[in-house]
Amino acid sequence: MTTALTTTNPSSPTAPNESSESIMTTTTLTAPVTATRTPKVPTVGVIKAEWLKFWSVRSTAVTLLAAGFATVAFGMIFSAVAESDEPAGPAALLSDPVDLALGGIGLSEMIIGVLGVMFVAGEYSTGLIRTAFAAVGKRGRVIRAKAAVLSASIFGVGLAAVTASVILGQAVYAGSEATSAVTDVLDVIFGTTLYLVGIGLIGAALGFILRSTAGGIGTLVGGVFIGPNLLNLLPDSFTDVFMKYLPSEAGAAMMTQVSNPDLLSRGAAYAVFTAWVVGLLGLAGWLVKRRDA
Amino acid sequence: MIEVTNLTKQYGETLAVDNLTFTVRPGIVTGFLGPNGSGKSTTMRMILGLDSPTSGTATVNGLPLADHGRPLTSLGFLLDAGAVHPTRSAHDHLRALALTNGLPTSRVDEVLDIVGLGEVGKRRSGGFSLGMGQRLGIAAALLGNPDVIMLDEPVNGLDPEGILWIRHLLQNLADEGRTVFVSSHLMSEMELMAEHFVIIGQGRLIKDISADELRAMAVGEKTQVRAEQLDDLVGLMRGDGIEIVSGDRETVSVRGLTSGEIGRIAQTNNIALTSLIPEQRSLEDVFMSLTHDTVQYQGGSRMEAAA
Ligand SMILES: Nc1ncnc2c1ncn2[C@@H]1O[C@H](COP(=O)(O)OP(=O)(O)OP(=O)(O)O)[C@@H](O)[C@H]1O
Ligand SMILES: [Mg+2]
Repeated sequence: MTTALTTTNPSSPTAPNESSESIMTTTTLTAPVTATRTPKVPTVGVIKAEWLKFWSVRSTAVTLLAAGFATVAFGMIFSAVAESDEPAGPAALLSDPVDLALGGIGLSEMIIGVLGVMFVAGEYSTGLIRTAFAAVGKRGRVIRAKAAVLSASIFGVGLAAVTASVILGQAVYAGSEATSAVTDVLDVIFGTTLYLVGIGLIGAALGFILRSTAGGIGTLVGGVFIGPNLLNLLPDSFTDVFMKYLPSEAGAAMMTQVSNPDLLSRGAAYAVFTAWVVGLLGLAGWLVKRRDA
Repeated sequence: MIEVTNLTKQYGETLAVDNLTFTVRPGIVTGFLGPNGSGKSTTMRMILGLDSPTSGTATVNGLPLADHGRPLTSLGFLLDAGAVHPTRSAHDHLRALALTNGLPTSRVDEVLDIVGLGEVGKRRSGGFSLGMGQRLGIAAALLGNPDVIMLDEPVNGLDPEGILWIRHLLQNLADEGRTVFVSSHLMSEMELMAEHFVIIGQGRLIKDISADELRAMAVGEKTQVRAEQLDDLVGLMRGDGIEIVSGDRETVSVRGLTSGEIGRIAQTNNIALTSLIPEQRSLEDVFMSLTHDTVQYQGGSRMEAAA
């Protein structure tokens, strides 16, 4: 820890702190020599700080856990209802047992997207983002740390929830022949988890770009969740070409083992979805560094 | 040390900071004074590297703050005491800040004790009173044990006891050799706290002045004179550039002569003075007239431009 200021002799500058080998001996400052070029804090410090911020606030921590819970709960309800052979039930819409077990994803992805927006835009409304930018110095490090924390948190909770949904959904479904290959099921589990991570990151990017919770949520819901449904109203000749490149449609291809001619192949879907996430985060970083905080 | 050189910030049509140059020196408390909207917060945001200057530079110990490896160990700041998450505890708030600069958690407990929040550190900061919030903001500024401390309106909303506490704290920090830079829009809050003043109006530097020099300015131009043969004395004092206004029957107010000069006139003419009181203005008054002038000048020039 630092001590109170030492009165240094201008002609023989003493080391201001333990790691100052790099200070040149020719410095002749009149003011007390202070650590002008202190060694950088490792990025892991900034990540730890963001991790603590994420998990020390009810709105973010509880929201993520709620999304995980919703995934499992709705998946089980859908699977159980399907077993009872009600023709009007979700079984009529979803044919694949794994898809059925992940029937709750539509809700959780929205919750997680909103969480991403809140995690970032919330700091714009409290003013904490300024504290973070000034304390860290380099804004890119704050953005990367927030993205890392969101990714790790969503991945952990998402993977657990998605896996539990698939297993518990199969257990309550039980009625049908389980034909899926294990590798296909794993593809779905990872694809779904990574899609949730990506949606959270898109939410965070929108938070940085728009700096407002309402604006971020509006854009996210409009652009990712509702917009594609509206585009469906356009002529097929148009939607057939463009629709599948939207984040939600690329996500749909990542989250199913059922092949669908309207969707991209799994590999192409990953590439397109990654491009959306990286592109939006890149735009966020570019804007944040140029704008006043 | 904080060095601000030709700092200018334009927001669209608004010239928030206009070619400011000043240095904040270590070892004393420097007050940063200006009326509402004069550009104090904008200047501080530029020092923090949050807003980029339209032109000019602001450095902390010779380097822009963002280029310091661990900014909090060089400069501790309070911008807005409300910048906390209401459901996060004071302790977690500070611990997150400490982590960004590789500071130990033990330092969090230390600063909470320094500001008197040791007991309530685990409580949600949303339930804090205005004064407690302000103390939490100051705790954050002290976290990195920095040589430069910069506080934007830290006294805002504090009771007299809180103001006294801040005054002592800042004085101690300055006595330890640190640079202490504190803004306010009220001279009354700053006059007992600061040893030096940077006074701005409409984004421009009005005075970069020591407290003693400022107090010298507070000695008024007028002297109240009472004397037994007042009419004779008034006759003797008359002259070019000297203004004499009579108050009640035995008192006049004189501008253009010092009380010493008036005393000598009375003595050489054998007039008995009953009282001789140099007018004393409050520092608030001096501050108001200093900043009022710029505001008026600005208004005038703007109207000319429009005409
Ligand atoms: N982000 C911004 N965009 C546009 N104008 C701004 C911005 N920030 C400040 N201003 C304007 O710049 C001027 C200076 O504002 P600033 O907040 O720096 O003043 P201040 O001295 O801190 O005032 P106060 O005592 O009220 O806190 C004001 O006219 C303000 O409206
Ligand atoms: Mg202000």
